[in-house]
Amino acid sequence: MSVSELQTIEHDVLVVGAGGAGIRAAIEAASQGLSTGLLSKSLLGKAHTVMAEGGVAAALGNVDSRDNWKIHFRDTMRGGKFLNQWRMAQLHAQQAPDRVRELEEWGAVFDRTEDGLINQRNFGGHRYPRLAHVGDRTGLEIIRTLQDFCIHKGIDTHMECTALDLLLDSDGKVAGLLAYWRETGRFVLFRAKAVVFSTGGGGKAWRVTSNSWEYTGDGLGMAYRAGAEMIDMEFTQFHPTGMVWPPSVRGILVTEGVRGDGGILLNNKNERFMFDYIPERFAPETADTEEEAQRWLGGDRDARRPPELLTRDVVARAITREVKEGRGSPNGGVFLDIASRRPADFIRRKLPSMYHQFKELAEIDITEEPMEVGPTLHYFMGGIRVDDDSQQTCVPGLFASGECAGGMHGANRLGGNSLSDLLVFGKLSGDGAIEYANTLDSLPDVDEDRVQELMRAATAPLNREEGTNPYLIQEKLQQIMQSCVGIVRNAEDLQKGLDELEELKEETKTVKVHASAQYNPGWNVALDLPNLIITAEAVTRAALVREESRGAHTRTDFEGERDEWLQYNVILSPGEGGRLEARKEERKDPPEDLEAIANATLEELEAENDG
Amino acid sequence: MAERTFRVWRGDAEGGEFKDYAVELDRGMVVLDALHLIQAQHAGDLAVRWNCKAGKCGSCSMEINGRPRLSCMTRINEFGSDELITVRPIKTFPVLKDLVTDVSWNYDQNKRIKPFKPKKKDADGNYRMMQRDVERVQEFRKCIECYLCQNVCHVLRDQDRKDAFVGPRFMIRVASLEMHPLDVEDRVPETRDELGSGMCNITRCCTDVCPEHIQITDNGIIPMKERVVDRYYDPLLWLLRKITGSGKKKASIDSES
Ligand SMILES: Cc1cc2nc3c(=O)[nH]c(=O)nc-3n(C[C@H](O)[C@H](O)[C@H](O)COP(=O)(O)OP(=O)(O)OC[C@H]3O[C@@H](n4cnc5c(N)ncnc54)[C@H](O)[C@@H]3O)c2cc1C
Ligand code: SF4
Ligand code: SF4
Ligand code: FES
Repeated sequence: MSVSELQTIEHDVLVVGAGGAGIRAAIEAASQGLSTGLLSKSLLGKAHTVMAEGGVAAALGNVDSRDNWKIHFRDTMRGGKFLNQWRMAQLHAQQAPDRVRELEEWGAVFDRTEDGLINQRNFGGHRYPRLAHVGDRTGLEIIRTLQDFCIHKGIDTHMECTALDLLLDSDGKVAGLLAYWRETGRFVLFRAKAVVFSTGGGGKAWRVTSNSWEYTGDGLGMAYRAGAEMIDMEFTQFHPTGMVWPPSVRGILVTEGVRGDGGILLNNKNERFMFDYIPERFAPETADTEEEAQRWLGGDRDARRPPELLTRDVVARAITREVKEGRGSPNGGVFLDIASRRPADFIRRKLPSMYHQFKELAEIDITEEPMEVGPTLHYFMGGIRVDDDSQQTCVPGLFASGECAGGMHGANRLGGNSLSDLLVFGKLSGDGAIEYANTLDSLPDVDEDRVQELMRAATAPLNREEGTNPYLIQEKLQQIMQSCVGIVRNAEDLQKGLDELEELKEETKTVKVHASAQYNPGWNVALDLPNLIITAEAVTRAALVREESRGAHTRTDFEGERDEWLQYNVILSPGEGGRLEARKEERKDPPEDLEAIANATLEELEAENDG
Repeated sequence: MAERTFRVWRGDAEGGEFKDYAVELDRGMVVLDALHLIQAQHAGDLAVRWNCKAGKCGSCSMEINGRPRLSCMTRINEFGSDELITVRPIKTFPVLKDLVTDVSWNYDQNKRIKPFKPKKKDADGNYRMMQRDVERVQEFRKCIECYLCQNVCHVLRDQDRKDAFVGPRFMIRVASLEMHPLDVEDRVPETRDELGSGMCNITRCCTDVCPEHIQITDNGIIPMKERVVDRYYDPLLWLLRKITGSGKKKASIDSES
């Protein structure tokens, strides 16, 4: 087919991804009167954001008035083991409260405090109750609010439309992208001045994950092929509590809200083992006896937080260790108990979807019995590297926000900081894209040969007489990542992983799918594979470069945090001969004021609220 | 574990037929797991929507042994060991392919509803709402847009009156706005004239299938019908209440249509 016959759609700003970040970006662009398109692989309202449970973090101070943005910022930096981009963590903590209040103005109905304000719950690593929430379905509330708001803003939503690759003009700036409609399998050319990627992460590269089929690292793969860089890819978050039984639901998330609302972790000796795993850095702020933890649960403001609410990396490693040393539950996890801690009606009210999830999928009543849980790959701290303020990548006209962008969370993300990240940086990426688009008089030209080439490559799997089954390749990839790039890593395994990924790349060249392109999931899987493999390789290479253990990245051959490594982020970029290159890059010095906040005592920061 | 046969509808807008697939079962499997195995092993192009696999996104609706269900929340061990499991797409919306239907009509209905319009904030920049006052709205906002209720509502399914009635999903969407403590918009006239509240004759089939257990009819549609009845049956009463904000009367539902 010639390019002139191809369906062509033109926008000033094209947002790829209709999760929280993408919709928020599109709302921003459209509200400035720019022609805005919004693309998603699924139907509107079904993106990952809909699954988020526990809450959105913002220092509103509604439940504990001692909270303020500086303490949120400090918690975020400490949770990220000081590898976060300082400026991003600052923008995030400062702007999150406004973004949450704005949702309320757009119709969101958060749970309330007794005074009628937005209620906030405790979560790991957050000093104060900070997560605005709606039971355990916060993501649904957020995406529905954004969705219902955006349909009246003149945004063109293109549902079940998958982006294949970016198109650049002869100067190397963004000119649009090629995509296909899943319904028909037909190609469509989008021309745009600016493109925002809000495509989410790449958890589908692991076997045990809380992520859906959509999480194949498309944004990462496409941005990389266009010349963009990735940052912090070694930091993949294993959420400590995924379901472990039955096998068919392994990996499905159990919200941290269970622990925030009082749930405790037990091994098979009925020991509350988290007391044995309190890191030095957090010792002054963590309860060291069950008695103190109990007082905290009872609302004693002087009691310190229970160790179950340590950051996710710490809890996930502790669980892995307990299981490895033979103290695990029957199905290879540990026990999460809220039944003995809270009355049944409290549990059903605060955690309704967890109650149903266990009742219906595992035949367990969590108001009576403990759950069995274990780590599950959950979130990418790393992602596309962007400018702190504009969210632009090093490719002119390409922006990124949400989970597919990196830098904000450093070595470990705090629970609740993703939903706030989506809102804050979704908006900022929209602003960035508007500003950039307004500097261009006309749509950049697309390279027609490139379009032809992309269409040929995409249809190749449909036309092969024989070849490999894409589902099998995806399964193999998941095995590789699960066994070589898991929660604890070492050089030997990582190298083995890289070698096996090379073989897989070869196999991918010969995938074959059923011949019709019309709503063909096999073909969709085949087209996602290259992105998923780039994503997997980026994680593995970055993990090999970082020779220390920090946050979510644990190396058994380089134990403990190394001060030297505090100076570096690992950057991935297209190198010579199309090879993915990982390098360490020295971090900028932190702004003095921010460094002072991060190192201040809580008392100093709290005092500011009184003044 | 045991092998089991699944009878799956395959086809597109032009037509189709049921095909049988044998699936090796593992413990705790749901119907969606079986469909995924069929995709990986027998029919890579079997079209089915899903995202969360935990009953949270409302993507995987289909009719399983005649009942509209979320396939990710339907355990296989619910069925007798020699019972054939038959899976077909939801009936009320046109088939695109296999188990995937064109639900875009629903998205169009949502656009017809007047958006949220909040009152002014308190002087300190906050809104205040009491938990007990938001609970009924929160019930409606649990909706995951699986459209199972739309699928079973006979007005849409059997009478095909999509031109006259937005269906239960969007009746509770209107209700969630009308009962929102901060909202100041008036959607009562359009509820009757455009959204077609009079078409519903309270059979409660929608409520029966809602995976979120939302009391669609009793808590959503009936109160909306009452508001319509109040307004059009007795405008004086309506005006009075507008002024005094009191005196809610139980209205007769039949008198609306
Ligand atoms: C079970 C679960 C619970 C969670 N709970 C919490 C929580 O309580 N608090 C919290 O802060 N975070 C939580 N998270 C994390 C958080 O939900 C996600 O990080 C966040 O929603 C990601 O949002 P996003 O906007 O970046 O992307 P998503 O919401 O994932 O959206 C990605 C979008 O990109 C589209 N897309 C991808 N590739 C393409 C392509 N090639 N072409 C077109 N479109 C494409 C997809 O269709 C989708 O619309 C949770 C995550 C999970 C899985
Ligand atoms: S109660 Fe009304 S909306 Fe619900 S199925 Fe019956 S007729 Fe349809
Ligand atoms: S009201 Fe219930 S059945 Fe209807 S779309 Fe919403 S969740 Fe589904
Ligand atoms: S896959 Fe989300 S509800 Fe079934």
